[in-house]
Amino acid sequence: MNPAFSVIFLTTLIGAGQGLFLALFTQQSYALFDLLPHQDARFYGWGSLLALLFTMAGLIASFFHLGRPERAWRSAIQWRTSWLSREVIVLPAFMGILFLYGAAHLSGFDPVLLILPSGLSVNATIVLGGIGTILAFALFVSTGMIYACLRFLQEWHSPLTVINFILLGGASGFTLATLYAAVFAPSQSGFFGGWAIIITLLAFAGRGASLWRNARLKPKSTLQTAIGIKHPRIVQTAQGAMGGSFNTREFFHGKSASFFSAVKAAFLLLAFVAPALLLAVNLTYPSGLLLGIAFILQYIGLLAERWFFFAQANHPQNLYYQNIS
Amino acid sequence: MTQLALIIDLNVCVGCHACVTSCKEWNTSGSAGPLCDENPYGADPTGTFFNRVQTFEVGQYPNTETVHFPKSCLHCEDPPCVPVCPTGASYKRKQDGIVLVDYDKCIGCKYCTWACPYGAREIDEKQKVMKKCTLCVDRIYDTALPEADRKPACVKACPTSARLFGDVHDAESAVSKAIRESAGYALMPEWGTQPANHYLPRRKTNLKIHADELERVDNPLKVDGKLPKPNKSDPALDDVTSW
Repeated sequence: MNPAFSVIFLTTLIGAGQGLFLALFTQQSYALFDLLPHQDARFYGWGSLLALLFTMAGLIASFFHLGRPERAWRSAIQWRTSWLSREVIVLPAFMGILFLYGAAHLSGFDPVLLILPSGLSVNATIVLGGIGTILAFALFVSTGMIYACLRFLQEWHSPLTVINFILLGGASGFTLATLYAAVFAPSQSGFFGGWAIIITLLAFAGRGASLWRNARLKPKSTLQTAIGIKHPRIVQTAQGAMGGSFNTREFFHGKSASFFSAVKAAFLLLAFVAPALLLAVNLTYPSGLLLGIAFILQYIGLLAERWFFFAQANHPQNLYYQNIS
Repeated sequence: MTQLALIIDLNVCVGCHACVTSCKEWNTSGSAGPLCDENPYGADPTGTFFNRVQTFEVGQYPNTETVHFPKSCLHCEDPPCVPVCPTGASYKRKQDGIVLVDYDKCIGCKYCTWACPYGAREIDEKQKVMKKCTLCVDRIYDTALPEADRKPACVKACPTSARLFGDVHDAESAVSKAIRESAGYALMPEWGTQPANHYLPRRKTNLKIHADELERVDNPLKVDGKLPKPNKSDPALDDVTSW
């Protein structure tokens, strides 16, 4: 496939936003059970609005992918069958919760909604956070399934696709939360940093597993099944157009093999190795600058990862477009 | 249930692209608006087509065959491009099985092209909506046309009659017979899309004539053995050779 930058930015930006929200609410959940000190409401509030900014940037990026953005509202209709439609519904719902969760914290409107028999009081922000968590995961699953449900694209048609969207988004979000905490709640930076390292390493394992899997894929479709002629030697001599077509522009990344493998090495280094090391250093030598570099490197790494994710997918239609003439 | 489809006979297709130009001419002139081209007279002309003819060389020299391969939407019975459409712009008609795009609902997200293993859909780069073969739906039901013209433009244009059009669910239709009797096959059967369009394979016509077939084997003058003896009472032809 030819990677579209609109989709690369959409998936990486909302992933970071989802991860940041999950990180903030994880900390609040720990605090609910007195495992960590409860932070000032402004910490959660502004953090949630920061996550909202990321998802809004992602949403804006997604419009550049549409030929007819003015009709985008129509895309919520087919939620029964289309994962894209489901994503279109879940993303604004999640953004709404990000806003409400942030607003509830910042306005101080956080009434106790119920008291559990154990004496635990459940506040409005806890309920909103719980709904937000469900929506964050629903959004990860929807985004991942957009790609994983296409059975022809064997590189994507795997549960690893969904798992990696969750882990990669979570890793960048927790790294961002570590940076955010280093500035506004330094005492919690270690907590976020620890989780950021764990999720980054899990994401490394998940992405490694999908790279390993994809390197061993045997394409189901061949030129023989594509044109239905069972001869071992078939060569295309014309594809019906000399100046290229939508089929040659949309489905081929057009980069050299060396560029392709360089991107792979770059994203393994930038998205996983470098941030994990910087986060580990931060645990002993806390430094906001270090974390800023860690987040930026990881985000650039994830852009490269997403580019590679698209470029690696080999569409069976390419069998019909191998030679111009 | 009706399922309209094209049957393409690779044995007679000569790769003349008449179906491509005829398709383009008909579908760029209709009420749905043009099939836009970019740079039509420039160095790299490109544009939207419903139908393309590709060419493949099969075999190793000197035993090669050139196969011309017309390629358009196959109107799958289980079209993978339809359920992924977020707006419902892409749909399969119940009454005749044609897969269509509602150009007024399409948002141009291109997700359907990712879900089509055949690369049958092409975006119109000017109108920014997805386009694909309609089986000339604006033509085949047009009662203003003479009955013989109510066929897709490509079928009408083919000089070798390599394209047949009809209902593949009707076992007695000409297209069903062609599939049955000439070993019609579907493309990429491994994905279970059940394409309605079928292709008829290349055939080698061999006629074996045995020597005895060149003379009348039932020649009444040829005597293979003695004729049975007639009875004495039987009438003779000449009253001489009989008893």
